Amino acid sequence: MQVVIPSQLHDYTGGRSRVPAAGDSLATVLDDLDRRFPGLRFRVVDEQGAIRPHIRFYVNRAAATSLAQPIAPDDELLIVGALSGG
Amino acid sequence: MDRRVLLVGTRKGAFILTAQSGRRQWRLSDPHFLGSTVHHAVLDPRDGETLLLSARPGHLGPTVFRSRDLGRHWQEAARPPAFAKADAPQAGASVDHVFWLTPGHADERGVWYAGTSPPGLFRSADGGATWEEVAGFNSGYLPTIRAHVMEVPGGARLHSICIDRRDARHLYVALSVGGVFESGDAGATWRPLNRGVAADFLPDPSAELGHDTHRLVCHPLAPDRLYQQNHCGIYRLDRPGETWRRIGAAMPAEVGDIGFPLVVHPRDPDTLWVVPMDGSANWPRTSPGGRPAVYCSRDGGARWARQDAGLPREQAWWTVKRQAFCADGDEPLGLYFGTGSGELWRSLDEGNSWRRLAEHLPEIFSVAAA
Repeated sequence: MQVVIPSQLHDYTGGRSRVPAAGDSLATVLDDLDRRFPGLRFRVVDEQGAIRPHIRFYVNRAAATSLAQPIAPDDELLIVGALSGG
Repeated sequence: MDRRVLLVGTRKGAFILTAQSGRRQWRLSDPHFLGSTVHHAVLDPRDGETLLLSARPGHLGPTVFRSRDLGRHWQEAARPPAFAKADAPQAGASVDHVFWLTPGHADERGVWYAGTSPPGLFRSADGGATWEEVAGFNSGYLPTIRAHVMEVPGGARLHSICIDRRDARHLYVALSVGGVFESGDAGATWRPLNRGVAADFLPDPSAELGHDTHRLVCHPLAPDRLYQQNHCGIYRLDRPGETWRRIGAAMPAEVGDIGFPLVVHPRDPDTLWVVPMDGSANWPRTSPGGRPAVYCSRDGGARWARQDAGLPREQAWWTVKRQAFCADGDEPLGLYFGTGSGELWRSLDEGNSWRRLAEHLPEIFSVAAA
């Protein structure tokens, strides 16, 4: 599967805006990303497992609001930094 | 010292100013972490090179960055301050931002403390690479006083972490809102230390808990001398005493003794500075009358002198936040403060005269000299 990385996280991915990842849910995909890009997960999901207030996830353009959201190998995960204020 | 450094944290990033001997010519860096709120940036006085910076971008979670070359290269903490995951969903706290950073005791190289919002106390033993909760506070003591920790704009926070130079296990912290708390066993157990402090926003003005300490300072050479700038005045406590004395009562009545920051002279426990703000009616928290000034006491708070030479004479409605005023260690002492309107000011003669070092910066949250 492919993950579209927002500009806010490019420091973790070496500037790459699209990276491959493995996993069968949003949680396991984020775990996979965190193994390869240490620290990334905590920036988008807090220590209680809640999605950060100004981060949005979309699976094939449909909003994913739970880390339990299933993800298939051919899916595309979009991570968006959204509307954080002025 | 040949080189002097100012670390400036702002709502939109950090800036580093460097000066060679004389402190008269300063070079302002480009922004670091532009777009992130930097509540605090501090250089470790024990090695002179480890710089820790707290960053809270608009979108992402909070973290701590480290540099050993004054910001040329940064490394993120492998495990930033974070609360323990709660068993029950929705029951646990999550760190919104790291508000405060304090290097540990001189004998504990690599130890740092962090205060967060919502209030939490964290400790690193490896120079800020990984952080652990101080469980005696976060899960031991804090739940017992939770009802007295009041929300404030920007979020309740733990700040002013003070370490007794004689004993690394003797700690003070302050909560806004909550008050001053003391531990004699490296944070395992805690007790309040608020007697004598006014709390005119509480139904019981003699309450033991729930005070709004804006800034707490334990003097580095005389650690039994404590000062605090409180929401309700300026106070002094000489340990082992337990009752604070309102030294701000000696401030001019038309100025009052409300403010955020407080700085002590590192070589003289009787000398301190404050930046008064307007706490009247609607609490604008700006320079009283639009005429900013620093006030200095050289006798432990018995008398105060206005120091405003070089500062605007009128129409300057500044707010100076609690960690945005500091001193260097030079002779004569240099003083530095930053404003909510992005101006950075310095005095090289212990407050007698002031000159602007920078303007047009984002809202300044912190200024630390090293």
